[in-house]
Amino acid sequence: MSVSEVPSVAACPACIATPLAIERAKGKAATADQEFQLSLPTVHCAACISAIENGLMATDGVADVRVNLTRKRATVKVSAGITVDDIVELIASFGYQASPLDMATLTAGESDRASRDLAMRLGVSGFAMMNVMLLSVAVWSGATDATRDLFHWISAGIALPTIVFAAQPFFKSAWSVLKVGRLNMDVPISLAIFLASVMSVFETMSGGAHAYFDAALSLTFFLLAGRYLDQRMRGVARSAATELAAMEAPMALRLRNGHAETIALKHVAVGDILLVQPGSRVPVDGTIIKGATELDRAFLTGETDLVPAGVGDFIRAGEVNLTGAIEVRADAVGEDTLLHGLADLVSVAEQAKSRYNSLADRAARIYAPLVHLLALVAFGLWLWLSHGDVRLALNIAVAVLIITCPCALGLAVPAVSTVASGRLFKAGLLVKHASALERLAEADHVVFDKTGTLTLGRPSFHNAHLLSKESLAIMHALAQSSAHPRSKAIVEVTKDMSLPWVSLSDITELPGQGVEGQWEELTVRLGRASWVTNNPQSKGTMFMVEGHEPVQLSFEDALRPGARELVQTLRESGIPMTLLSGDTETVVADLARDLGIPAYQSEMMPDEKVAAVQSLQAKGAKVLMIGDGLNDTAALASAHVSAAPASALEATRVASDFVLVSQDLSNIGRAMCLSKSARTRILENFGVAAVYNLIAVPIAFMGFATPLAAAIAMSTSSIIVSLNALRVR
Amino acid sequence: MDVLVILIPVSIGLGILGLLGFYWTMHNSQYDDPDGDAERILRRDFDELPAEDR
Repeated sequence: MSVSEVPSVAACPACIATPLAIERAKGKAATADQEFQLSLPTVHCAACISAIENGLMATDGVADVRVNLTRKRATVKVSAGITVDDIVELIASFGYQASPLDMATLTAGESDRASRDLAMRLGVSGFAMMNVMLLSVAVWSGATDATRDLFHWISAGIALPTIVFAAQPFFKSAWSVLKVGRLNMDVPISLAIFLASVMSVFETMSGGAHAYFDAALSLTFFLLAGRYLDQRMRGVARSAATELAAMEAPMALRLRNGHAETIALKHVAVGDILLVQPGSRVPVDGTIIKGATELDRAFLTGETDLVPAGVGDFIRAGEVNLTGAIEVRADAVGEDTLLHGLADLVSVAEQAKSRYNSLADRAARIYAPLVHLLALVAFGLWLWLSHGDVRLALNIAVAVLIITCPCALGLAVPAVSTVASGRLFKAGLLVKHASALERLAEADHVVFDKTGTLTLGRPSFHNAHLLSKESLAIMHALAQSSAHPRSKAIVEVTKDMSLPWVSLSDITELPGQGVEGQWEELTVRLGRASWVTNNPQSKGTMFMVEGHEPVQLSFEDALRPGARELVQTLRESGIPMTLLSGDTETVVADLARDLGIPAYQSEMMPDEKVAAVQSLQAKGAKVLMIGDGLNDTAALASAHVSAAPASALEATRVASDFVLVSQDLSNIGRAMCLSKSARTRILENFGVAAVYNLIAVPIAFMGFATPLAAAIAMSTSSIIVSLNALRVR
Repeated sequence: MDVLVILIPVSIGLGILGLLGFYWTMHNSQYDDPDGDAERILRRDFDELPAEDR
């Protein structure tokens, strides 16, 4: 949304009474000094809009709020001094998720302009088509002589400027391919529109019976409709993808003269000292110079276990700092980081993918030359039959061109893709790539990553039933004071139990070790086993009350919702599955057995994953790869089609064709069904177009086609194709 | 057939009026949030009576 579209105060009489309108009318004290864009993934109804807009408007300093439900976004204008975090927090207090979008990376405006431009042309050609149609009906119903000529002239007056304006996209595209000596679908389209107009003008001037102005216009209109749908669908996918990219605010905290300042990631230089807070992602490759912590490397390697790190350790961009604040000296920034290296791997694989031939391309390649040939043959044949009557031959050739013009073909694919992507968007799946749906329909082998894909990538505590209520209560108190994922997992379980109240004092957290406290003059510890028991041999996470035996706690990576259903669905439809993970053998084997995935490989490096995917594809399998880690990125890009959950890093999402916004993995199974159904509809639509041509072409070829017949045939086939697209389920 | 002299300009005039309306909505960004607009009419805020009636 642009800045200028704040709704006016009294758009309708009823609005005057609304608190929002009054608020806006008073102008409030707040001035619109800054503007934020927020992504609101959970808004879905009028109540959501009201809650957020009214809630924020009631806050001091907020000048204006506008929620866009279609894009699930909000634009908030506030006075200086309010940060985007304040707004996010406020919205969270109303019960909605919000994440700030980086204005700089929002490029949706570009595709917006393109689709607005197409909509304008569509509207103009629609207007002209209806008016000319109106005049044509009079001609068809028997207007003759002067009246017919007058109507033809008026039609020409409307049609010619409209075609010059509205059919530009086709002319431009056709000219650009003709220049390099090739053909695409726009060449026969442009030729048909152009010849029909020229021929009709000539016929009008010489008082002829048939003028094809209405046909030229309805061609333009229907084809623009297809083009517009296509553009819009891609625009939505693209804006959603950039929206996700924008969620990772590319910021770093630089320490200078003892002060931390927030700077853009691209301004970080080698040698800068950066502060990495617990819970945030390491922005650059570097060395720890102060502090100790534990790192979550799941994104880079797929390991679920946390890695302790201290002064002198080398850490990589993309790892998540968990327990303690650390200071890092930047050793490599931007393009030199490992993270970026992986992204380069991806771009190589992407290029291979862009060579995929979509159904529409293949159809166009056969169709375009055929149409030209037919028209040419018709012209030659009638020239010979009529002993040199150029006017008659040209009239018939133009009729053939108009009739064969791929109206239904131009709508066949965009209409289906638009409906299918719309349904997927509602199910929480973004289609990022134009040919992704078609490729998904072909997938016959599914490769999973484990951590973060089949599992949520965060631990769940699962032997609580073995512990006494008292121990649990103490653990609850200790765990609450820590942000460590395992502490959070403990709290997650214990918060719903009715536990006795315990009083703890002196709770301290030792980064990389655990939490310690005093309970009835005894020291209680929860954390790394070697620290809890003072015995370097102990492994895992333990809890101990001074003087008692330590208790081993067991954690498990929780399954992602829908993972079991997805595996079940795939097994039932007989699609083979493979699990490729960077995690340890035992963990991977357990999960594979639990879910019933027959083939698995563990402790894999990123390039081994690529090799595994490629060897499957070399055997003729069309692989659907689902993964979230950076270690999966290259494999995602080299697979036939790929999907990533929204929790994945930017580089990974860029490499994948689908992004799963909802948590539920079973949506992928639904998407596979839907893509197959979409493919069937596209083929059916081609069938409709073929049958239509089989009937219409001979008629045109024999010279029986009138403008009326052309109009009826064209509209009917376009409408059938559009209705058929709605059957995608 | 004299009536055509009136009817044709009228029909084209009406068409142009519609086209201008379309142009206005287009440049007024009325197609930016179709889902939101459909939901907004259901908001309680907009259902209340005008201020002077309360």
